[in-house]
Amino acid sequence: MAFPDRIERTVEIAHPPAKVWAALTTAEGLSAWFGQEASIDLRPGGSAWMKWNSGHTAEMRVERVEEPTVFAFTWHIFGLPEEDPRRTYVEFTLEPTGAGTRLTVVESGFGQLADDAHRTAYEGNAQGWVSELGELVGYLDAV
Amino acid sequence: MPSDVEAVAEQVFVALADPSRRDILAALASAGPATATDLAGGLPITRQAIAKHLALLTEAGLVTAEPGERRRVRYRLRSAPMQVAQQFLAALARDWDGQLDALKDHLDRQARESA
Repeated sequence: MAFPDRIERTVEIAHPPAKVWAALTTAEGLSAWFGQEASIDLRPGGSAWMKWNSGHTAEMRVERVEEPTVFAFTWHIFGLPEEDPRRTYVEFTLEPTGAGTRLTVVESGFGQLADDAHRTAYEGNAQGWVSELGELVGYLDAV
Repeated sequence: MPSDVEAVAEQVFVALADPSRRDILAALASAGPATATDLAGGLPITRQAIAKHLALLTEAGLVTAEPGERRRVRYRLRSAPMQVAQQFLAALARDWDGQLDALKDHLDRQARESA
């Protein structure tokens, strides 16, 4: 099994980088194609969020703002508990191509394992198994 | 890419590939910790088969055994490996193709409106 750590897509867009940049980095733009409602504080370390009619909210932290070529943020891994510290990194790169834009999006970090999760997944398991093995065997013998 | 992430996720998917083990995990998820006897009472699986599956699930770290009443071992679901597997599913469920199509549509619409 190959664990997909990174997703990468490149698309050719028939609109200039300035338009694409606005769609990616303004509340008005993001709410028009990504979320249904959005807010963004456009500076590294700034907060942003998007909401959907389903009730889902995505909280983002802006990481890179290099107008009009690089915009990046991190966000929570969908499906993991709110308090889980793991986040994926999403980076948009804009390149002018004649009258249009070549847009690349890379989302990475799906394969990361937080130190805590690693400890819980391994050491806790190994210790628990060793100490409980005797009881399990005892139970099975008694059945 | 640390291979242990893959190993943890693989154990989850192997466990979930078996319908009896899915039933056991689902029962522990919905009703909380239970003994093999409790599980046998609620599922169409023999107690011997349940004990065998619980041993496998314990070894894989997906359930943990703890002392229960009357010296019976109780089994509890462990969420950490499930959360690792969920990362894998999150990558598969991320729909950048659809999202980028929506971005193109938005820019086309905007250009038409301003034309």
